[in-house]
Amino acid sequence: MFGNLDLATLQKLWWLLASVVGSLFLFLNFVQGGQTLIWQLGKSEREKSLIINSIGRKWELTFTTLVLFGGALFAAFPKFYATSFGGAYWVWIAILFTFIVQAVSFEYRKKPDNLFGPTVYEAFLFINGTVGILLIGTAVGTFFTGSNFVLNEYNLVKWTNPLRGLEAAQNIFNVSLGLFLVFNARVLGALYLLNNIDFTGMDEFKKRTRNAVFSNFIAALPFLLIVLIGLLTMDGFGVDPATGTVSMVSFKYLKNLIEMPIVLLILLAGLGLVIFSVYSARFQNKDNGIWFAGLGTVLVGLAVFSTAGYNNTPFYPSKVDLQSSLTIFNASSSHYTLTAMTYVALIIPVVLAYIAYVWKQMDSQKLKAEELEGPEAGENY
Amino acid sequence: MLEQIDLSTVNWARAQFALTAMYHWIFVPLTLGLTFLCAFFETIYVKTGKEEWKELTKFWMKLFGINFAIGVATGIILEFEFGTNWANYSWMVGDIFGAPLAIEGIVAFFLEATFFAVMFFGWNRVSKKFHLFSTWMVAIGSNLSALWILVANGWMQFPTGMAFNPDTARFEMKNFFEVVFSPYAISKFTHATTSGFVLSSLFVIAIASYYLAKRRHMLMAKRSIIVASVFGLIASLMLAFTGDEAAFIDAKHQPMKLAAMEGLWDGTTDAPIVAFGIVNGMKEPGDFQDPFVVEFKIPGLLSLLANREPGSFVPGINDLVFGNKEQGITGVEEMVKKGKLAVKYLDEYKKAKKKGDLSAASSVLSEFNKYKDFLGYGHLRSSKEAVPPVSITFYSFHIMAAVGTGIILIFFLFLFYSVRGNIETATWLYPIGIIFFILAFVAGEAGWVVAEVGRQPWAIQGLLPVSVARTDIAPVNVKLTFFMFLATFTLLLIAEIRIMLKQIQIGPKEVN
Repeated sequence: MFGNLDLATLQKLWWLLASVVGSLFLFLNFVQGGQTLIWQLGKSEREKSLIINSIGRKWELTFTTLVLFGGALFAAFPKFYATSFGGAYWVWIAILFTFIVQAVSFEYRKKPDNLFGPTVYEAFLFINGTVGILLIGTAVGTFFTGSNFVLNEYNLVKWTNPLRGLEAAQNIFNVSLGLFLVFNARVLGALYLLNNIDFTGMDEFKKRTRNAVFSNFIAALPFLLIVLIGLLTMDGFGVDPATGTVSMVSFKYLKNLIEMPIVLLILLAGLGLVIFSVYSARFQNKDNGIWFAGLGTVLVGLAVFSTAGYNNTPFYPSKVDLQSSLTIFNASSSHYTLTAMTYVALIIPVVLAYIAYVWKQMDSQKLKAEELEGPEAGENY
Repeated sequence: MLEQIDLSTVNWARAQFALTAMYHWIFVPLTLGLTFLCAFFETIYVKTGKEEWKELTKFWMKLFGINFAIGVATGIILEFEFGTNWANYSWMVGDIFGAPLAIEGIVAFFLEATFFAVMFFGWNRVSKKFHLFSTWMVAIGSNLSALWILVANGWMQFPTGMAFNPDTARFEMKNFFEVVFSPYAISKFTHATTSGFVLSSLFVIAIASYYLAKRRHMLMAKRSIIVASVFGLIASLMLAFTGDEAAFIDAKHQPMKLAAMEGLWDGTTDAPIVAFGIVNGMKEPGDFQDPFVVEFKIPGLLSLLANREPGSFVPGINDLVFGNKEQGITGVEEMVKKGKLAVKYLDEYKKAKKKGDLSAASSVLSEFNKYKDFLGYGHLRSSKEAVPPVSITFYSFHIMAAVGTGIILIFFLFLFYSVRGNIETATWLYPIGIIFFILAFVAGEAGWVVAEVGRQPWAIQGLLPVSVARTDIAPVNVKLTFFMFLATFTLLLIAEIRIMLKQIQIGPKEVN
């Protein structure tokens, strides 16, 4: 069935699949956003506990999605995996560290004899939600602004900047994308809490959460503007489809959006959904904004990844040696591997279906404070 | 390709991989087995409806959860370390190696992650049966993830189902099923998961023994011991069986590893097994030193185990390095020579193609094809480099095998006294259970040392040595991250052990 698809189609399909996983990760970053709101919104131990237990029941999904994003890129675009992880070494190591400390923090924070005390584990969660997401955004920014590497004739990577990837944080576009993601995650986090927690008898807490949706959206706006203006005006990297030669093209990403109107539409719809959900949460007292903002974030993610990888655009360009830039065509796995992986990907709808089913089962009743303080309290985070 | 190699980067990268893998393997075996034990306990609860079984299940689940979190933390590093420290590897074999990692994410990790939340927080949110189903899904999910990562590891031990593409200068997959069903994949999966079942059963037995010794939670402890010793006994017998299978396929495909495991330098018919020995660490290929300072041998047993044929010839390290015409063994020396030609022709092919000289390229390519199977050997600086560290491999193998054999007896004893109903009076057995739990940890780690150190210098057996597989990066970076990981993992391990001990001290909730 899939064996008949030509290589280019499979490469495009796998870029789409990787983009979907990456975009779902950005939505699931409501966990990371929530982590950064623990201290700000949780004024009492009870409130803190509600926040942590609410997002804590989803942290592994986010974590697993990140791992799958890495795995899918490895399987489908191994040259990217090798070039970026081996090259931009310190950015990835720093990101990974924030995820190592996250993984234990929910479980260990409240357990007696946990060596550091709860505040340190809360700080770990904060770091993961701020530094971790900021650096991920910065790394994604290099899809547009380029990196410092050269590939030799054996396709082996040489990184030309001693900062090994951290230099990406010197670029205002990259950092703005990172900061936008941090604040967007906080918007998502607050929206998730609004929908997931039973605030009966805790009006102040609810009001604080609702305000956080709005204030973090306002904080995200300037960074969003910098990213959008940057994207629409910057010179981008383009590939000549006939020769494979990479060159700088003025207004490349603006051209991509015009030449792929569907992507432009997705981007606008995504941004619209996020704005709508913030509006409805703040001014219409709606609690279910997470679904609109979540879908919106996924759409924005898809538009960003599509702009980076489709329409003769190298998704991982090299600033120092344009011809070393990675495209979805020169960085991919073989036809055979992509075909095999496409068969495996048929299981994805099943996975999504059981995740949705379990999510519904678990979240049909909102999280009550009593649940965390009753006789079963020992089971909770 | 082989520019100036900075060996210290390779060695720090190796050390870092060993560190993260060994830390990871502290937690993973417990995850693999404890999930099944929790599933057994909960199944009994659902069948009998007795609250004691529910509390017993919850207690072991709590310990499982503490362990699971740090297993996840150490696991993510391993996946990404292939990219950060082994970038050339990621490119050169990513076409094959990436697939099982992605599949692991799709089919296994999501099962774990999704149903884990139900297992811990769903007691009052979903039906009893759906909760039980979720617990089983976590058990199956964690073992499926072991399957896929071990398929990947099995392929590193025995690369199959692929071919080298000189144009991209990488290996590409040709047969997915050959990769998945390779004898190594099956052997690695069965041996590693059963070792997890064994360790987890001992974990339960050790903690239950502690309660029996303290005369606390007696009923819960006795029940836990019965289930764990049945599971453990079956698993330990399978462990021995799969271990024998592992050695058998090593003899076929990784004879150098087998020779190092037994410290066998000169091949022989009727090859003995060294039951106990002190290795002469100074010995090198081709010299005349004694391989052992002290040794007790069981004659003929290695021939039987390695080839399943009494009296058969088992090659030693010297045969494998220098070749043995009589036995039809091509030595590494010979293969290195051919490999250097492969490297040279590949380089010429690349140059000819760059110049656009297609006829030269095609004639060089046909020369390359004659030697391409030895390409990996072309990167070795000398034939001696193909010999793994013999002492480490030998001792690790012997510790693993000795502990593994003893464990069978321990499970048998616990089961015997449990069935007879006088485990409460067999107090002498409790400390032995606890000691063997610790020994089983050591044995599990030793097993991985045999598997991985025993196949050095290869990242991919025979195809890609670690010196080529590494990232082009200054050693200081890898050294720094090594110590960062060491400090982080050690602190988190201390936290984990303290939390675990506290929970054990608190114990399960008693049902009146």
